Amino acid sequence: MSVVVRTVSRVVVPVALAFGAYVIMHGHLTPGGGFQGGAVVASVVALLVVAFGAERWRRWTHVLLPLEDTGAMAFVILAFLGLGATFFRNVLAGSGGLFGAPVPWPGPNPGALNTAGTLPLMNWAVGLKVIAGLGAVVILLSLFGREDG
Amino acid sequence: MKRWFFAAALLVLVGYLLGGSVWLRPFGGPVRSDMDRYFIENAQAEVAANNVVTAIVFDYRGYDTLGEATVLFAAVVGVVLMLRKVKG
Repeated sequence: MSVVVRTVSRVVVPVALAFGAYVIMHGHLTPGGGFQGGAVVASVVALLVVAFGAERWRRWTHVLLPLEDTGAMAFVILAFLGLGATFFRNVLAGSGGLFGAPVPWPGPNPGALNTAGTLPLMNWAVGLKVIAGLGAVVILLSLFGREDG
Repeated sequence: MKRWFFAAALLVLVGYLLGGSVWLRPFGGPVRSDMDRYFIENAQAEVAANNVVTAIVFDYRGYDTLGEATVLFAAVVGVVLMLRKVKG
């Protein structure tokens, strides 16, 4: 693509990455979550593919595909954590440890990051899964149909 | 004959759609609101999450999210299988 597109994408990519990370990390406090933030970060991959060509991101798929499996496995393992009661039981909520704090007060409140038990961890797992999965799909689809495949 | 059959089917479909949009329940007025009231009142105490939607998606209805993740996984596996580089 032209110099304009490449320069603008160099400016936009860090901002979009930060926004995607924010949406994933604050999934239990503000609208959004793993799926949405992962889609935002995957759109960064699409922007990079459009601006710099798909060929130079081909190697990334070898990293992204194992990362996707890692996210899926982390999600299922987090779900198995609650198997003492039920599958998907939120064992960390209200335990006082990691992410175990209660909400500051019931009703509308500014929120605290250290709440909601396994929800933030599951958001990270799903976010990693969506980032890696959608990113790899975007790269592979844009490589499709070339002579060198 | 076939044409009449399709005309009748179209009429029935249009009737259903019109009826559905005329007798639509008002926005924010569900048939049974026990479930949403429970979520709204207890999500903060039980899950300690301010975002009730995330509390439902990842806690109350975790199976649903597991299915969603499986769908995404299957899509990625399908794309990788179809578009991989085949040797030779």
